[in-house]
Amino acid sequence: MSIDMAQFHQTFFEESFEGLDLMESGLLDLDAGDADIDLINTIFRAAHSIKGGSGTFGFKRVCEFTHIMETLLDEMRDKRRKVTQEAVNILLQSVDCLRDMLASERNGSRMDEDRVSQIQGMLNDLFNKKEASQLPAAGNTAPKEDNHDPDAQVWHIRFIPFPNLLAKGNDPVRMFRELDLLGELEVVANISNLAEFSSFNPEECYLSWNLTLKGAVTMESIKEIFEWVEDDCELDIRSLSQEKTADAVEHQSRPEGAGNGSEKEKNPSPESINRDSSKAIDKRGAPATAENSSIRVSIDKIDGLINMVGELVIIQSMLAQLGKDFDIDQLGKLRDGLSQLERNTRELQENVMRIRMLPISFAFNRFPRMVHDLSQKMGKQIELKMSGENTELDKTVMEKIVDPLVHLVRNSVDHGVEMPEARRACGKPETGLVHLNAYHKGGNIVIEISDDGAGLNKERILRKAQEKGLIKDGEIPSEEGINELIFLPGFSTAEVVSDVSGRGVGMDVVKKNIQALGGKIEIISREGKGTSFIIRLPLTLAILDGQLVSAGDQIYIIPLVSIIESLQIIEGNVNLIAGKAEVYKLRDEYIPIIRLYDVFNIPPKNTDLKGGLLVVVEGDGKKAGIFIDDLLDQQQVVIKSLETNFKRVEGVSGATILGDGTVALIMDISSLIRLSHQPGYTNHNVTILSASKAA
Amino acid sequence: MSHSNQYLTFMLAGEEYGVDILRVQEIKGWNKATPIPNTPDYIQGVMNLRGTIVPIVDLRNRFGLERVDYGITTVVIVLKVMASDGNRTMGIVVDAVSDVYNVSADEIKQTPDFGRSVSVDFIKGLAAVSEKMVIILDIDHLLNSSAIKNIDAMVN
Repeated sequence: MSIDMAQFHQTFFEESFEGLDLMESGLLDLDAGDADIDLINTIFRAAHSIKGGSGTFGFKRVCEFTHIMETLLDEMRDKRRKVTQEAVNILLQSVDCLRDMLASERNGSRMDEDRVSQIQGMLNDLFNKKEASQLPAAGNTAPKEDNHDPDAQVWHIRFIPFPNLLAKGNDPVRMFRELDLLGELEVVANISNLAEFSSFNPEECYLSWNLTLKGAVTMESIKEIFEWVEDDCELDIRSLSQEKTADAVEHQSRPEGAGNGSEKEKNPSPESINRDSSKAIDKRGAPATAENSSIRVSIDKIDGLINMVGELVIIQSMLAQLGKDFDIDQLGKLRDGLSQLERNTRELQENVMRIRMLPISFAFNRFPRMVHDLSQKMGKQIELKMSGENTELDKTVMEKIVDPLVHLVRNSVDHGVEMPEARRACGKPETGLVHLNAYHKGGNIVIEISDDGAGLNKERILRKAQEKGLIKDGEIPSEEGINELIFLPGFSTAEVVSDVSGRGVGMDVVKKNIQALGGKIEIISREGKGTSFIIRLPLTLAILDGQLVSAGDQIYIIPLVSIIESLQIIEGNVNLIAGKAEVYKLRDEYIPIIRLYDVFNIPPKNTDLKGGLLVVVEGDGKKAGIFIDDLLDQQQVVIKSLETNFKRVEGVSGATILGDGTVALIMDISSLIRLSHQPGYTNHNVTILSASKAA
Repeated sequence: MSHSNQYLTFMLAGEEYGVDILRVQEIKGWNKATPIPNTPDYIQGVMNLRGTIVPIVDLRNRFGLERVDYGITTVVIVLKVMASDGNRTMGIVVDAVSDVYNVSADEIKQTPDFGRSVSVDFIKGLAAVSEKMVIILDIDHLLNSSAIKNIDAMVN
């Protein structure tokens, strides 16, 4: 049986991506000129393990690429090289590139060769230049004329011996030792061709090697070492600088492809924005399938679970003992046991749920880099402050909240914080502040994104809304009402559409996404002082706070977040429009009445609105009153999918199992309201209402 | 003798129907199911099967047979249904379970064509077991939610 390396790939990728995150945050913290040696060490170690791993698993390109990064970092570590801003920028770009390379290795998609070789070229340039100050600015592509400085030569040797190599008395180890004398040698063995143990012939050679040799070495001296085995192996000796020249030629012959990466960043023409966004979609599309989601759980949590299961077993055996020869005298003991069991089960449930919880730093981690890049691009000075990174959040919620957060942070950087001059003129410090804060409150997690920028310009928002016909002429909404306007589709106050924000798709999507998670978003803005976005989300999607209601002989659950209020119907407030549509006058607004038994087509118990109960709900910005028979408990319910074994049902978001083991359906308010608008739904009981009115 | 399969058979309005026994997950007594709004009549509702929500199909209703009150022998047979978009677990309500038979593949005879009057898509074939006829059902076809609409044609 050969070792199936693929089973370790998942772990390798996970670790590598983590390593990349580490490198990225390290590089961002790295001050040019005055470098913290510990930090460089951390970055170096991360690069080193990625290189080692990729070599072992045969991701050759990744290995080569990381090797150059590693070498650079190694020199920085030994103070043989200065840490310059250019170097840091190039390394940051390399981290990005490496991330894409690894992603394409994982998904089995083709990597962007142009970009890889371009960045590799930049790295090599950096590597070959002792005077790093003369480096071409980041983004300038084609490497300069090659300088064959033998001092910094890096040789790549691919050595694939034929199986009979050993039989001829050659020993690769001796050759490697010889090579090691010439310079710094890195040996990576490829064991993928290893035979099964049963058919293993100890006289045959199954291994091949990738060697990297660094130092003042000539091609001849390497060839000399391999002279004896030349006919018994496949040998490929290449200098990395040669490779680079080849790349440069390639670039010139395909200027369009080579320019792709850099030009776009510099001046985004509309066309390139399009290309950019379509590319972004591609990127998002691919990994989604590959993420067969695993989760890293801290040992503490697992130990906690093991303890709890242990206790559960003890209680179980105690109860079993009790049940074996039960006597009525032992009733007290049984009760004790059962209540212990209940407590234990609840704890176990809570702890199992906690496994899915991750600290929000997983979502926050990308922002230092993003703010760094954006503020550099826009010439703003922005400090990003993060607090509450350890606040825990369900993994699924986390995955879905990232995009809205990215959008909001971009908005803060782009629209919120002003240019340094403007800030100085207002008497504010030149460096703006963007603050990300997360904390638990009740059963919710609250995420705040605030900046100390100019705040929302109410007049401009109002003017824009009127221009676009989003509000009626002469209508002046309240202050919060104005702020809410930015959540309307098609709204953007940005005068110039930049590639950062301002295309008018955004805030409405942000709001929609947050609502889809059962959350809310609100804005607090003070002109001249700044803006805060406050997002409230449920901690998990698996559990929901619900209001149990009864209609007919069924019990349904209305999510508590959708409920505005519940009230007893006052007959005089019910009106009938055009003889069919029932509306209820709630203070100064009219809301449609939905008779639940009608929409769900079940036999009703009570059809008389008089004295009945109305639950006022809101979904998709629309309000409605749901007419039900009775309000029952409020409780947390575990959400079960109907789609697993059945299909989506309109008006229902899922089901749950009640205490007595029966199934109750959870209502989806937005879809219920939609359902009630459909022509199929008519008020069968209008006559009853008019009859009761007449009486 | 050629390869044979075991079939679990059940009674429905006096006829004996069979399903591949490997698809049967369990047989349980009838418990009231929670109705699902705006679904066809034959979807009795959903049931809790140890934490999973399982839809229940009333087979009499599905075949357009006369409705009877559920009695002491009424059972729910929980089946694994394979569909292109994954496996589902579904339950069917039948009058009573009957027996388990070994039926070899060549004993299953093609269903005669009834033209348009009766759709036989969900019948795998007919098997004669000790002088009795057993209707072997193709449950994947029968219980796929996408195919659910087509069945109405058979009822008339």
